[in-house]
Amino acid sequence: MNDQAELVKDLVTEYGIKREKLLPILQTVVEKDRFLSASAILKIAEETKIPAADVYGTASFYSFLDIVPRGKYVIRVCKTITCAMKGKNQILLALEDFLKVKLGETTPDKLFTILETNCLGWCHKAPAMLVNDDVYTELTPNMVVDILSSYKAEADKK
Amino acid sequence: MTTKTKQLNRIDLIFKHEDDCKEILKKSFDRSHEEVINEMVNSGLKGRGGAGFPTGLKWKLTSEEKEKTKYVICNADEGEPGTFKDREILTRVPHKVLAGMAMCAKIIGAKEGYIYLRGEYKFLVPQLREELKKFHQIMDELNLDFVVDIFLGSGAYICGEESALFESMEGKRGEPRNKPPYPTQCGYLNKPTVINNVETLAHSYTIMKYGAKKFRELGVKDSWGSKVFSVSGDTPIPGIYELELGMSVQDFVDDFGDGDTKAVQVGGASGFLVPRKRFPKSHIGYQGKLTGVSLPTGGSMMIFNSSRSMYNVLDNYLDFFQEESCGQCTPCRVGCQQLLKGIKAVKRGDKPAAYLDKLLKLTETMRLTAKCGLGQSVANSFSSIVENFREEMIY
Amino acid sequence: MKMTNMINLSINGIAVSVEEGKTILEAAKKLHIHIPTLCYHKDLCVAGNCRVCVVEQAGVDRLVASCATPVNEGMEINTNSLKVRNCRKHIIELLLAEHNEECTKCYRNGHCELQTIAADLQITNQDFIDLVPDKQYSVDSYSPSIEKDDSKCIRCQRCVRTCAEIQSVGAIAVAHKGADMKISTFFNYSLNEVVCTNCGQCIVHCPTGALVEKSYVEQVWDAIADPEKHVVVQTAPAVRVGLGEELGFEPGTRVTSRMVSALRRLGFDSVLDTDFTADLTIMEEGTELLTRLKGALLDDNPEVSLPMATSCSPGWVKYIEHKYPQYLPNLSTCKSPQQMFGALAKTYYAKNIDVDPANIVSVSIMPCTAKKYEANRPEMKDSGYKDVDFVLTTRELAVMIKQAGIEFEQLNEENFDSIMGIGSGAGIIFGATGGVMEAALRTAYEIVTGREVPFENLEIKPVRGLAGVKEAVVPIVDVLPEWSFLEGVELKCAITNGLENAHQLMEAIDRGDRFYHFIEIMACPGGCLGGGGQPFPVDDEIRQKRMDAIYSEDLSLALRKSHENPEIVQIYKDFLEKPLSHKSHKLLHTSYVKRQPY
Repeated sequence: MNDQAELVKDLVTEYGIKREKLLPILQTVVEKDRFLSASAILKIAEETKIPAADVYGTASFYSFLDIVPRGKYVIRVCKTITCAMKGKNQILLALEDFLKVKLGETTPDKLFTILETNCLGWCHKAPAMLVNDDVYTELTPNMVVDILSSYKAEADKK
Repeated sequence: MTTKTKQLNRIDLIFKHEDDCKEILKKSFDRSHEEVINEMVNSGLKGRGGAGFPTGLKWKLTSEEKEKTKYVICNADEGEPGTFKDREILTRVPHKVLAGMAMCAKIIGAKEGYIYLRGEYKFLVPQLREELKKFHQIMDELNLDFVVDIFLGSGAYICGEESALFESMEGKRGEPRNKPPYPTQCGYLNKPTVINNVETLAHSYTIMKYGAKKFRELGVKDSWGSKVFSVSGDTPIPGIYELELGMSVQDFVDDFGDGDTKAVQVGGASGFLVPRKRFPKSHIGYQGKLTGVSLPTGGSMMIFNSSRSMYNVLDNYLDFFQEESCGQCTPCRVGCQQLLKGIKAVKRGDKPAAYLDKLLKLTETMRLTAKCGLGQSVANSFSSIVENFREEMIY
Repeated sequence: MKMTNMINLSINGIAVSVEEGKTILEAAKKLHIHIPTLCYHKDLCVAGNCRVCVVEQAGVDRLVASCATPVNEGMEINTNSLKVRNCRKHIIELLLAEHNEECTKCYRNGHCELQTIAADLQITNQDFIDLVPDKQYSVDSYSPSIEKDDSKCIRCQRCVRTCAEIQSVGAIAVAHKGADMKISTFFNYSLNEVVCTNCGQCIVHCPTGALVEKSYVEQVWDAIADPEKHVVVQTAPAVRVGLGEELGFEPGTRVTSRMVSALRRLGFDSVLDTDFTADLTIMEEGTELLTRLKGALLDDNPEVSLPMATSCSPGWVKYIEHKYPQYLPNLSTCKSPQQMFGALAKTYYAKNIDVDPANIVSVSIMPCTAKKYEANRPEMKDSGYKDVDFVLTTRELAVMIKQAGIEFEQLNEENFDSIMGIGSGAGIIFGATGGVMEAALRTAYEIVTGREVPFENLEIKPVRGLAGVKEAVVPIVDVLPEWSFLEGVELKCAITNGLENAHQLMEAIDRGDRFYHFIEIMACPGGCLGGGGQPFPVDDEIRQKRMDAIYSEDLSLALRKSHENPEIVQIYKDFLEKPLSHKSHKLLHTSYVKRQPY
């Protein structure tokens, strides 16, 4: 059994075969793999006895349960009104410029994915973004470069 | 209500540093259920998530259900654009929220509670877990069999709708249910459930501590108490403010505007846009004794100055709605797409200006027929923006 | 007994009283007031998502969905106010904006619920923006049974509820949200690659042309037009009690002999009856059951798997291959009547009419879409050719009859050709849930005891009806000497219809809660008469009528036991020798494969 299959099996053992545990299981797999692959969903379906199409359909409902491959660091830039007013586009340009990929894409080294997201709840400190679970607010294009550099450095260390 | 000229009162109840949850809970546990419910009913507290359902009544209805298993759920799926007060409350005074949950659990007879925390606030989980440890210790000491867990969302605005939230907790797509039945009878796992907003629960603690009477010293008739507002946009002082209900938008703008305020969006993208000419006659509160227009709100106050294009604002909202609609019901799923494409077509000149009237009629259909509050409330911002800033939609 | 609480309300000013818990829609139906619906279907749980059925309730600002709102005392409902009409029209306009409106090119043209409502509301304008060009709609036509065209989907989720609730398959689900929300398989794979059983219940429950059968009408016309080809057609028992519905008859009308006459007029060279191979199935499967019982009871052979499960329903066969592969040894090795027929058409029949089997085109008319898949299974070539070339549904046959300009009700009554044209009543009842069981018992009991089954008129009532799971215990006494090991045995049988019921039964067996010798499982509700290839619409009332027609046809026949069918006697004498003979094994039996569980 590979790592992923083992993880799913362990999760189901821990949570039990209950439909209400599906989201925590999906979340844990995403936390580890950054997305839900077909094989991961099949394994989850098999272990939880929920039809695979149903697990897929459920996952696809939630913006954070990605069903396409993502980078190690998923950047989600808030695009809702206040962030849009306070310079979200500049932040996005800075990200694209620094990472040399477009919105929605993943860097060739599989390190970063740039996405947009709806209101993050930091309107008073707009513009804001998430890098995985970490929040960054009151962003400027310069700050973005610093933030990404530190993630790059962290990744290089490992 | 007379127009105030002085600054709005800054209230310090919710965020006040208080470390007496155990005592307050003990006091409330010592009182009869009827007394506590009466206190809640008399306070006039209404749901602070925006819908404004009387909290005491919700607790009362659920307490009357015969079912053995019941749940208390704290709705922390704060997703309305422009709202961030629940995050602040959970960061600064989570113990008050938990105390509110425990009070409710005691009255309705629930043994399990959940905080449905939006995925965007996942960073709060470690500190909330710490808080839960302390809380469960208090539960032990007070001999209340009540355990609270955190359920994390995964990025879906619609899950803030209570029945969609239950579906989500049950491991399904967050698609709102048919109502009736209501959560008080048939909520999470089809059991009677009290679901309250974060702020509502914190207020319950305040009411229990200071009494309904004290709570009603704030606010106005039918809109008693204070409310935490999330202020953002074109303001020199964005942030979180606890203010009395009943204030006029004019007073609010006088305090928070940048001197060039053109409009205020009250209640987020699903709320109303108030243009400058309506500031004096628009009040923040629930339907009732207020003169002019009353605007219930979850507390999102977004300020736009004259440099902002209302077309861009509406475009942004509609893009939000067409993505965040669950997609199950026709008026909301297709309606949101039509509205977004429709205003773009008018702006480009592909459709005549009169097409806006067709879209306004469509929003009325959405308001009348959509399955849940999301689809029903798209009409609010759409009509208030299009009717007040029609020329900005066209040129 | 507890009295049901009656609720009084008024609809359009007319007073009505209905049981507590009923919906406004049900109350309106009682008053013969029609409220249009799309996502609502009697077979399914209430979704309340299309919003077409909204009505106005006095004192309530917003409209309410009549399908999802229970009645209240004193409620005043208006189903036709200005507000209701305007909203309803808007909702249909919205659905049309998202919908591929090429109605004249649609398979469901004339049979589409959306089209009907749009026509009723006289929607002649399209003010809203056409969303179709911006959607990346796709058509999945890889399955041999089912075509899925997302551009015609109105997202009512009837198919999803059908696949999950009635069939327990879950091949399709709702995916994504908002503007992108769609009905999808696992990662949008083709239906051909997923757990889909091809049962076609999604088609029967789809209000539009988003899910339709893969049609082979043109190929059949081509074959008929080819002078080199001898086109043989077989018709399944359930077709003759469903076909009439597509051609202007009331549900439950038996049109067997008119159908035969129509098939001749269409140009089929031999018009034969699947009932014949249904009888043959009983001979083979009945013998297989007795052999298994002997192995288990007399020889104590641990290799023998009981209960034995029927294998006539290709939807069920694929279901068990996906979901319960560990039970494949329990599945009867008998091919379905369709495939037995196909294998014999190009061997026994070809020889009999002296036609080169290479020139025989074998067509079957089935109440079923899974039969299209079954005919395409690689195993089904035991005649040396593809045993069944084309499978048409009952609906497709009706299309051909209409295309040929045949006035169906005016047709003479004619009989099937022979050989392979005689079927017994036992063969006919294959079309209803419980029919295979009943037919098998009529024959097996008689073989073992030398007496008829001890039921009045041979009607084994406990195995009949629409109930989800039926059980029967048949005590076997006073057996003939060679079956002495069965003396005193109580033969335990179970019958289910609809795969959700099959799922429940298999779980009960798997847990060890239940033990049976013989189980009959049909994939579709009601059995083949409620199959995925039968006419629209369908509900339990219609299924019951079709079922009554099947049993009345059985009762009308002199020949009611498979083993007494003279053509059956003849084929064993001339060709097959005996049940489970070497030749039988080669032509009439098959094997199964384990499939992936998703």
